[in-house]
Amino acid sequence: MKRYIYINDDETSQDLYCANRLSNRKYTLMNFLPKNLWEQFSRFMNQYFLLIACLQLWSLITPVNPASTWGPLIFIFAVSATKEAWDDYNRYLSDKKANEKEVWVVKQGIKKLIQSQDIRVGNIVWLRENDEVPCDLVLIGTSDPQGVCYVETAALDGETDLKTRLIPAACMGMDFELLHKIKGVIECPGPDKDIRRFDGNLRLLPPFIDNDVCPLTIKNTILQSCYLRNTEWACGVAVYTGNETKLGMTRGIPEPKLTAVDAMIDKLTGAIFVFQIVVVIVLGTAGNVWKDTEARKQWYVLYPQEFPWYELLVIPLRFELLCSIMIPISIKVSLDLVKSLYAKFIDWDYEMIDPETDTPSHATNTAISEDLAQVEYILTDKTGTLTENRMIFRRCCIGGIFYGNETGDALKDVGLLNAITSGSPDVIRFLTVMAVCNTVIPAKSKAGAILYKAQSQDEEALVHAAAQLHMVLVNKNASILEIKFNGSVLQYEILETLEFTSDRKRMSVVVKDCHSGNISLLSKGADEAILPYAHAGQQTRTFVEAVEQYSQLGLRTLCLAWREVEEDEYQEWSLMFKEASSTLIDREWRIAEVCQRLEHDLKVLGVTAIEDRLQDGVPETIETLRKAGINFWMLTGDKQNTAIQIALSCNFISPEPKGQLLSIDGKTEDEVCRSLERVLLTMRITTSEPKDVAFVVDGWALEIALKHYRKAFTELAILSRTAICCRVTPSQKAQLVELLKSCDYRTLAIGDGGNDVRMIQKADIGVGISGREGLQAARAADYSIGKFRFLKRLILVHGRYSYNRTAFLSQYSFYKSLLICFIQIFFSFISGLSGTSLFNSVSLMAYNVFYTSIPVLVSTIDKDLSEGTVMQHPQILFYCQAGRLLNPSTFAGWFGRSLFHAIVAFVISIHVYAYEKSEMEEVSMVALSGCIWLQAFVVALETK
Amino acid sequence: MPGSDSTAHKSKSRRPKYSQFSQQELPAFKLILTPGYVISTFIVVGLIFVPIGLISLFASETVVEIVDRYDNECIPKDFRDNRVEFIKNKQTNKSCTRTFTVPKQMKSPIFIYYQLENFYQNHRRYVKSRSDKQLQSKKNAAHIRECKPMGETDNKDPIIPCGLIAWSLFNDTYGFSVKGKDLKVNKRDIAWGSDKNYKFGADVFPKNFQVGDVGGKSLNSSIPLSEQEDLIVWMRTAALSTFRKLYGKIEDDLQANDVITVVIENNYNTYDFKGTKSLVLSTTSWIGGKNDFLGVTFITIGGICLFLAITFILLYVIKPRPLGDPSYLSWNRNSTPTPGR
Repeated sequence: MKRYIYINDDETSQDLYCANRLSNRKYTLMNFLPKNLWEQFSRFMNQYFLLIACLQLWSLITPVNPASTWGPLIFIFAVSATKEAWDDYNRYLSDKKANEKEVWVVKQGIKKLIQSQDIRVGNIVWLRENDEVPCDLVLIGTSDPQGVCYVETAALDGETDLKTRLIPAACMGMDFELLHKIKGVIECPGPDKDIRRFDGNLRLLPPFIDNDVCPLTIKNTILQSCYLRNTEWACGVAVYTGNETKLGMTRGIPEPKLTAVDAMIDKLTGAIFVFQIVVVIVLGTAGNVWKDTEARKQWYVLYPQEFPWYELLVIPLRFELLCSIMIPISIKVSLDLVKSLYAKFIDWDYEMIDPETDTPSHATNTAISEDLAQVEYILTDKTGTLTENRMIFRRCCIGGIFYGNETGDALKDVGLLNAITSGSPDVIRFLTVMAVCNTVIPAKSKAGAILYKAQSQDEEALVHAAAQLHMVLVNKNASILEIKFNGSVLQYEILETLEFTSDRKRMSVVVKDCHSGNISLLSKGADEAILPYAHAGQQTRTFVEAVEQYSQLGLRTLCLAWREVEEDEYQEWSLMFKEASSTLIDREWRIAEVCQRLEHDLKVLGVTAIEDRLQDGVPETIETLRKAGINFWMLTGDKQNTAIQIALSCNFISPEPKGQLLSIDGKTEDEVCRSLERVLLTMRITTSEPKDVAFVVDGWALEIALKHYRKAFTELAILSRTAICCRVTPSQKAQLVELLKSCDYRTLAIGDGGNDVRMIQKADIGVGISGREGLQAARAADYSIGKFRFLKRLILVHGRYSYNRTAFLSQYSFYKSLLICFIQIFFSFISGLSGTSLFNSVSLMAYNVFYTSIPVLVSTIDKDLSEGTVMQHPQILFYCQAGRLLNPSTFAGWFGRSLFHAIVAFVISIHVYAYEKSEMEEVSMVALSGCIWLQAFVVALETK
Repeated sequence: MPGSDSTAHKSKSRRPKYSQFSQQELPAFKLILTPGYVISTFIVVGLIFVPIGLISLFASETVVEIVDRYDNECIPKDFRDNRVEFIKNKQTNKSCTRTFTVPKQMKSPIFIYYQLENFYQNHRRYVKSRSDKQLQSKKNAAHIRECKPMGETDNKDPIIPCGLIAWSLFNDTYGFSVKGKDLKVNKRDIAWGSDKNYKFGADVFPKNFQVGDVGGKSLNSSIPLSEQEDLIVWMRTAALSTFRKLYGKIEDDLQANDVITVVIENNYNTYDFKGTKSLVLSTTSWIGGKNDFLGVTFITIGGICLFLAITFILLYVIKPRPLGDPSYLSWNRNSTPTPGR
């Protein structure tokens, strides 16, 4: 659905689209009660309890006071409703604050201060420096003569660097006055949540002379919740408002994740429910029979001779109510409560605070901590997750000459320094590409030093290195770029930027030398994205070797290339590019195609090698977790060789004699199929040997394998404990998670960048590293940690304790409910199967609340083994993984225990009062205290 | 890293506050079940339980108890085939005389109980059919909702005390004599003090109560409920279908071989449902009435503990095993993994 937005037109813009009123609220004052109740009652457990509570209102069948069920039920409902209401109220307050913020908007040609919630689509909004953007705007003017402004998008994607935003060409050079009167149409797609895309068009209406269609991209927009920085003022047209902004569309509650333990508890609850039904049917039938044969003779009971039609149901229903306590009403609440405490323990943990940034770990999802202990597969990203993502330029190969091989640092290589002073053209050009072909923004600090703000760590490393080699990127001003080289200033005009995408794997810029007027194309990218496009005459052998050599050292490589472009060729291409950039459909693909037309016949200059150091403690962490029976898969966008080197250096795979690395490759279906089968065959043979067998697969082969040989690949996935997948795209990462999940494995995905978000969301547990690639991954994740090595503690300490505690708490809840229920059942056998409750309402309630629910909370700080022991013997985790502490057989144990305890308590309490004299109240109190002592004993015994 | 100073400063506050609780470092004590602990615990428990059991058994043995079942014997021979009719017929003479000998000396106070068998005072319909509010205070006379089906008379007047329990009050009476001399039966203070003082009101008088036609005893409507101790005793419903209730106390000692004659008014209908009726005379000891169960249980548990202790000692001597031997851990012992910790 397309949108046509009439700029600054007060009549048409009125009611077509929603006002800029933010609303994150789930409820309103009116619908809160019904909506919240409806949500709560959509859970099976709650429906069950409601049914029981309703049955209890029928005084003929209720064994105890209805308050004993209604009380807790209402309490539980009130607690969760209050929590929801409180959250919603806070959302309302923050909405209100945002909505009532005052902004300058042009209305009827005059700039007015209005509340943010009154902004309409098509209004022109004026912002000053450090203002927050109230809605999604298309820029039309800034204070900068070049039409540039800077925004901080941290709230949107977590990236802290400043981003440049441009006004569209058509609006260039308009003055203050004109901006008040501007009229035009913006054509753009309907609201969506893609914060990296905006495919629109702008056409200014007469009297503006330039009424060509002007393409709009995300570069021409400033989105809600960003901040305007380093720019005096800017103004833009509101295109999406209120909840329809990009940010508004991305919001939303992610689907709740269900842990294995939860699923097991649900299953066990179901089993208990069936058991309860059986008991009810048996006792109910027996009760009816007894009533007809015996009770009618008992004159003192005074059964009426005639009875209503439902008479047959009365006794079974009474037993149903009597047995309803089998399923503890408090289990969900107490589990929720303790789980949020576990989450807090993670937040509070001193040993998981990133020492560099002082960032504590954070559990966003409070409900899944016990799943951490049941993880079987960890899928990890490489860059930034295993490595520090702090890039340092180490070596390079320029025109076949290797620099930095001896010293390990090209910046100190005498040969290179000499080549620079002597002015070798290849080297100079190489440095130029390093300094120019990027999206880095230089900013002068107050002290005069130049700070580089870059989205990509690689680019930052290259620019820094170039600067140290005397090619200093000084200033970037709209399209003019200044470079200082050995004291002289070079100026380039950037004509086009052919952006980096993960599909293209390269970026290029078209620049014009302001001095000579020559146009050239500068490219950098992955070897396979550059070398095939080298011009026919060039030998690329040495570069291939260089790439090979560097990646064996675990360095990241980039190839740099350039070529001269003729003026005509550029003009012709520029038109195509413009057209492609203004398409609304498949724009990204169209642009890539057009870019391809320019990026050919490249002259390859050389290869850079950037080191990305391993994070501290990565090998140890991997080794420990592997001992704990967790399998690792590495999914990276990097090259195969680099990936393997990193894998070797961090214990991911073992070197030759001990380990074996099989590779699946091939470009066609047949090749992949054959190689897959070969690997599978070796795998099957070697499973019995104590050898670490791993396989490595690249993105291309993976695509084919997943598409055509899914079954074989799944088998392979089950067989192998380690895998390296390189050159994979974000969606492939997510697919692999899906694959493992479909084999019923518990998966944990850990990553740090935007490309890991999908994998993190798909996995049972997503862990984000709050690292240098922004906070996107950390935001989407269930847990965010500062360093990879904290994963060990997260799983072995927090995960394991949570699992143990939850397993205990849930089974204990059933135990204590069953205990009291069994006593009730036994008592019904000696009370003529009439459904008499031995216990009165008050004692039942007190038992459930004071005597059992509160003391057991002590178990939430229980530790069965010390943290050190667990860390030393990670094998202990096997128990949790296999679900040894909570499964049908352990549950049967608890069931048997409650049965046994009930028998003991019952027999003792009816005999202890020289039994012929026992009175009901006495027996009931003795039995109750028996239960209380027993369960307290169990708690004391089970907690360590 | 540029600007790291400012972030470090800012994030000082992000560091959560330290406490032993938040770091899960609360001091803890963990009991390791070493053989020594286990064996000594068992021995201690055994050594304490066995003597307690012996003492309670001994105490129970000192209690003298006479049980005499009379429901069959108190039916005249002509009515043996037609007991229900006998008991329901108001014209028949229900008196009957029983004699029995005192086996051992019985010291006062001697408690007189009546024991009913197969009588379900704990039946749901029965248990619930009472109004505690009505019993408590005069102003709650109309509180008869819970009393169904015995809440009001046919004329819709509320019955006080209402409900099935009160309605079926036990109405056999006993008269005792030894060697031709009447024994005085004290029927005061047989109910709980709390019941008399709080649960049964001194201003509540029986009203519209049955006059002994179908069920049990009739009540003297000039005596407040708090003084009707038979009723109060009866209203404390029994947990089992066999139960004893206190009838009264004899405050004279009885000598061994004394012959007691009891004149029983056999009024209460247990013949409908094949229940039995017995008369019980019993002395008490410090553990209450005759009850071997406690003693036997204590001795059994103590015995089991001692037995286990000895077994463990033997096992420990014959086949010792070092504490915390890691070779017993399941992953170090590939053959048979054991469940449990």
